[in-house]
Amino acid sequence: MAVVGPGSVSLRFGSVLLILLILSGSSWTRDIFTGRNDTRPEPNREHHDQDQDHGTNATKHKKAFPVLESNYDYVRMPFEISLWILLALLMKLGFHIIPRVSHIVPESCLLIFVGLLVGGVIKAIHEKAPVMDTKLFFLYLLPPIILDAGYFLPIRAFTENMGTILVFAVVGTLWNAFFVGGMMFAVCQIEAAAAAHVSLLSCLLFGSIISAVDPVAVLAVFEEIHINELLHILVFGESLLNDAVTVVLYHLFEEFSHAETVTVGDAFLGVVSFFVVSLGGILAGVIYGVLGAFTSRFTSHSRVIEPLFVFLYSYMAYLSAEVFHLSGIMSLIACGVVMRPYVEANISHKSYTTIKYFLKMWSSVSETLIFIFLGVSTVEGPHNWNWIFVIFTLVFCLLSRVLGVIGLTFIINKFRIVKLTKKDQFIVAYGGLRGAIAFSLGYLIHEDGDNKNTRGMFLTAIITVIFFTVFVQGMTIRPLVELLAVKKKKESKPSINEEIHTQFLDHLLTGIEDICGHYGHHHWKDKLNRFNKTYVKKWLIAGDRSSEPQLISFYNKMEMKQAMMLVESGSAAKLPSVMAAAQNMEQQREPTPERMIPKISKTREAEIRRILRANLQNTRQRLRSYSRHDLFMDPFEDNLSEVRFRRQRVEMERRMSHYLTVPAKRQETPSVRKVWFEPEHKVYTYDENESPRPSDSAALLDESNRSADGQSERQKPTRCLSDPGPNEDEEGSSFRSS
Amino acid sequence: REHLKNIPTLADNPIRTEIIEAFFDKRNQHNNELGSYEEIGFEEFLMVMSHFRPPSIKTSAEERVAMRKQKVCFLFNMHDTDGDGKITLEEYRKAVEELLSESGSIGQEGARAIADAAMLEVASTNMPNMGPDDVYEGITLEHFEQILKNLEMESRMYVRFLDMNTANLRCGK
Repeated sequence: MAVVGPGSVSLRFGSVLLILLILSGSSWTRDIFTGRNDTRPEPNREHHDQDQDHGTNATKHKKAFPVLESNYDYVRMPFEISLWILLALLMKLGFHIIPRVSHIVPESCLLIFVGLLVGGVIKAIHEKAPVMDTKLFFLYLLPPIILDAGYFLPIRAFTENMGTILVFAVVGTLWNAFFVGGMMFAVCQIEAAAAAHVSLLSCLLFGSIISAVDPVAVLAVFEEIHINELLHILVFGESLLNDAVTVVLYHLFEEFSHAETVTVGDAFLGVVSFFVVSLGGILAGVIYGVLGAFTSRFTSHSRVIEPLFVFLYSYMAYLSAEVFHLSGIMSLIACGVVMRPYVEANISHKSYTTIKYFLKMWSSVSETLIFIFLGVSTVEGPHNWNWIFVIFTLVFCLLSRVLGVIGLTFIINKFRIVKLTKKDQFIVAYGGLRGAIAFSLGYLIHEDGDNKNTRGMFLTAIITVIFFTVFVQGMTIRPLVELLAVKKKKESKPSINEEIHTQFLDHLLTGIEDICGHYGHHHWKDKLNRFNKTYVKKWLIAGDRSSEPQLISFYNKMEMKQAMMLVESGSAAKLPSVMAAAQNMEQQREPTPERMIPKISKTREAEIRRILRANLQNTRQRLRSYSRHDLFMDPFEDNLSEVRFRRQRVEMERRMSHYLTVPAKRQETPSVRKVWFEPEHKVYTYDENESPRPSDSAALLDESNRSADGQSERQKPTRCLSDPGPNEDEEGSSFRSS
Repeated sequence: REHLKNIPTLADNPIRTEIIEAFFDKRNQHNNELGSYEEIGFEEFLMVMSHFRPPSIKTSAEERVAMRKQKVCFLFNMHDTDGDGKITLEEYRKAVEELLSESGSIGQEGARAIADAAMLEVASTNMPNMGPDDVYEGITLEHFEQILKNLEMESRMYVRFLDMNTANLRCGK
């Protein structure tokens, strides 16, 4: 393997490079094509002219019927775009084929590297490369990534750490911006820098651009290292929320640098505008989110377009926010967060899967494209390499990040219960990656009259910082995480016990707070939930589902997942009975639309669950924690007849058992209630003895005719089997008289 | 008890009976007694409240473990209403039903199903070699701790007492 390895690796590299060359070559040759297209009609026309000039009845030169024509201009734009995207995705594929590299180097680095290569190639053939146009980036490439992040944001973790995240985002970014800007101004005053013409405001502008932690880069790197949820949400939340600060600072400094003087009033207005930008963005997002949720209430008849509503409303939220220079990112996040619980309750499962996969797909494509374009633009863009400026920028960025994190954590830890340890602080500081947003914002800077080189200088510095953070920090963060033994993400399955107790705890703590008369977190959260339940859900969720409590939906979701897992893992031997029983369930739910509504026929479900549990007891080894009940499986219609048969059998058992155990009716005694659980487990024995096949009616009869001392034992299980409701409960328990 | 029941905001809480009972439960006083009081004084109130202390940054690892055990024990006592040291299916069902009682549409069957599933889960995680003949008596304290260990109780079960208005404190006297 070791011998073959390098060979195949180089082969693949070679093929990858070949693809690159072909693609860039094609874009080069197309020019030749267009040239040829242009020149071709010429000789024809000449011919014609000549003919007409001669005017004789010389045979007209007939243009042969074009069997094969090339008209590249017609498809030029979509062709190029598709080509780029295809290239990007092929690269992505290629990396995963080369295993060793993809372990060490995060994907983003590889993509930038590829971008560099492509940019180099294009430059070598003297073509104009597609530079990352700011409009392209902000309007097309960024929204999918943010929407994906916002839609799947873990709400609980986010809101629990909201204070910390906000402090990091707002105060941290402000600190970074001013520190870097101020220090760079000082640096510019040094003689050797030869950049004395850079004004303070320009430096501050530069500082504000470069201080923002970039969500794209953070996502790209952190996704691969699987650290624990707390750190992930801290860094990621910070990168999302600091967009508001960045937008405000950027516009502020840009305006100021055109204005003559800066007064205190302007600074005050800046602060006000911060609130306007962030709150306005969130408001826009919430409005669109509510609209989206409301619309999804009525989509039960046209399920196919449901995902589109989610996407379009979110995109509109983003664009509307951008119109007013509000924070588009925050608007997008707010829209996704608000919309999600209601939409998920309304739409079908397939639509949910579609949304999930489309979002992931788009954000993946966007991310890939962004990094490649970053590489290409690096080769292309206006550069002005100024050693001192760049080096100092880098140093100060790192320094300010570290100082900021340490200082803020010191203050924050006074208010947190779960303190941030030194390790956590290090990861947070180290995870402050800069990325494409900084670059695009840099591109947006206008060129002033005498500052021709400033923009180039800034861009160079920005790119250097981006490269440094993505390459160096991105590559080393994984070994560092392992070295420092930072807690990783818990890979455990959601357990229903945990869910029950989380809710229980919420109520408990709310209750305790009420007793203390203390209006704490839980109190307000509880109030919000109550408000949500009584008013909002009625409006935004279709039909009965509005009153479904969270525990139930969680339970149902889990069951469905388990069912699908069961199907996929193909535990075929036990499956028929399981499927049959599930089909039972499905049939009796036929009248209701696809979703599961917890108004189930009591008797049937109870029976089936017991049968399922019994049968699945044997497959316990394969399935972890609990996975007993399946409720929903589509593709087994061919089991219909078997289903019917099973149903009949079950019915017969019930009737038989009922018949047999009807005689003794005694009162229920309290002691009996307590040991009720035991008989249920005796069901296992019972069902194991009788294998679930049609011939069992006979066996049943046999069992029932057994001797008397075994009678009470055996009849209990039968009772349990048909345990539907309270009445028969009592009957059953009465048998446990001894 | 009437004092506690009369707190208006508590009335919306689905598990208020359990909460109130917890205050009067003797097991939470760490006296190794069973049963419950009729009324409690300030000291007993404080003992119960002390279960909700948050861990400070100086708490060592052993102290955290002890704290977690104490909190889990408190929760356990809330579920185990008859004091036999086990949470049986009935008790668990009752707890789940109460949790779901707010919505009202699920009915008893659904609550039972959930409670059953949860019990099954506990059984399978803690006693994986249970044969089909065995009977699962009930959740013991150790099993309870085991299934909740991912929740990190010591950092979740706390109330911030930073700005408590002592005038609003009510004792069950």
